[in-house]
Amino acid sequence: MKKDSLAGMVMSLGVITVIAGALLGIVNYYTADAIENAAQQAKVDALALILPEFDNAPIAEAKDIAVEGDTLLLYPATREGIPVGCAVECIAHDGFSGDISLMFGFTADGTVCGYKVLSHSETPGLGAKMDEWFRDMTGRRSVIGITPGKSDVRVFKDGGEIDGITAATITSRAFLGALNHCYKAYESYYTNK
Amino acid sequence: MKYLNIIYKGVVSDNPTFVLLLGMCPTLGTTGSALTGMSMGLATMGVLICSNVVISAIKNYVPGGVRIPAYIVVIASFVTVLQMLMKAYLPTLDAMLGIFIPLIVVNCILLGRAEAFAGKNNVLASLCDGIGIGLGFTIALTLLGSVREILGTGKIFGEAIYPEQFGSLVFVLAPGAFIALGFMIALFNNIRSRKKC
Repeated sequence: MKKDSLAGMVMSLGVITVIAGALLGIVNYYTADAIENAAQQAKVDALALILPEFDNAPIAEAKDIAVEGDTLLLYPATREGIPVGCAVECIAHDGFSGDISLMFGFTADGTVCGYKVLSHSETPGLGAKMDEWFRDMTGRRSVIGITPGKSDVRVFKDGGEIDGITAATITSRAFLGALNHCYKAYESYYTNK
Repeated sequence: MKYLNIIYKGVVSDNPTFVLLLGMCPTLGTTGSALTGMSMGLATMGVLICSNVVISAIKNYVPGGVRIPAYIVVIASFVTVLQMLMKAYLPTLDAMLGIFIPLIVVNCILLGRAEAFAGKNNVLASLCDGIGIGLGFTIALTLLGSVREILGTGKIFGEAIYPEQFGSLVFVLAPGAFIALGFMIALFNNIRSRKKC
């Protein structure tokens, strides 16, 4: 069989793809569990960061909560059987560029005790500062320790009580809108219980 | 000596970023900070070394007509392996580089070196070429990332040099990448032409 014939080309390309496929299969077999664990671990770390101390498995007990035509994922946290708070995951579609995926932690009485920006594509140096800005205790920037039901969680410009990110009002609005949205999930979860 | 010379050529006289101007997409996209630039350079270097060696080893068995698809299959396999390993063991780095890891497949440095070098030279020389070009790419990306990070945020590898509010935001964004890259290419070629190397 000549190397440059059609059969030769099909053969050689076929052999290469089969070997490549086998290699990928083997690597996938050995890394699949580790990848799954890493993704799970990232979520566990995020929850530990934004929730009060808990001893249950919030991911296994996660619940879907319907809020205004949207379904949010809520992770309840309990300690020795007593509810200590919950985390709510939410995607804001009204950011400056693309979706912002956020997770907020609430204590049992509805106070924001932490948040985490899971993914975003906001402008670096402006909107991207939200990961630090809203936990910065300077002035009225921070949302930590605020109860959305009791305070007006909007930027100053809209008549609210939070100092939004300088030069990134759209991102700030999206962020605080998501917080209010998540708070509604918290409310409906705790009133239905 | 011959092999050392190949490595030297990859870093200096055939530097992929400053001289060959290959792989501009990741060069501009991942150099927002020195750390991401360096990680991207190292990831590309790893794939380039593996693909150069394998392509050079199989070059005599692959018919000319299916040369390009065969090379792409080899490159894509190594990139996918790299991505799986990074997702499993370095998830934070993977999240930082995001889409640019799978995009190594279409990085013209890899196919360019496969065509121009690995397809014509023996395995050892191709290994050295992979190391040289990869090193040149890593150094270039780290330098560009450092310049952008210092000018944009006043930091280098996350360590503050001067207060952040004095930084010029444009260098963190895409236009600053083009400006910084242009000046660095000019500087690099100026030094190179004086030394005649």
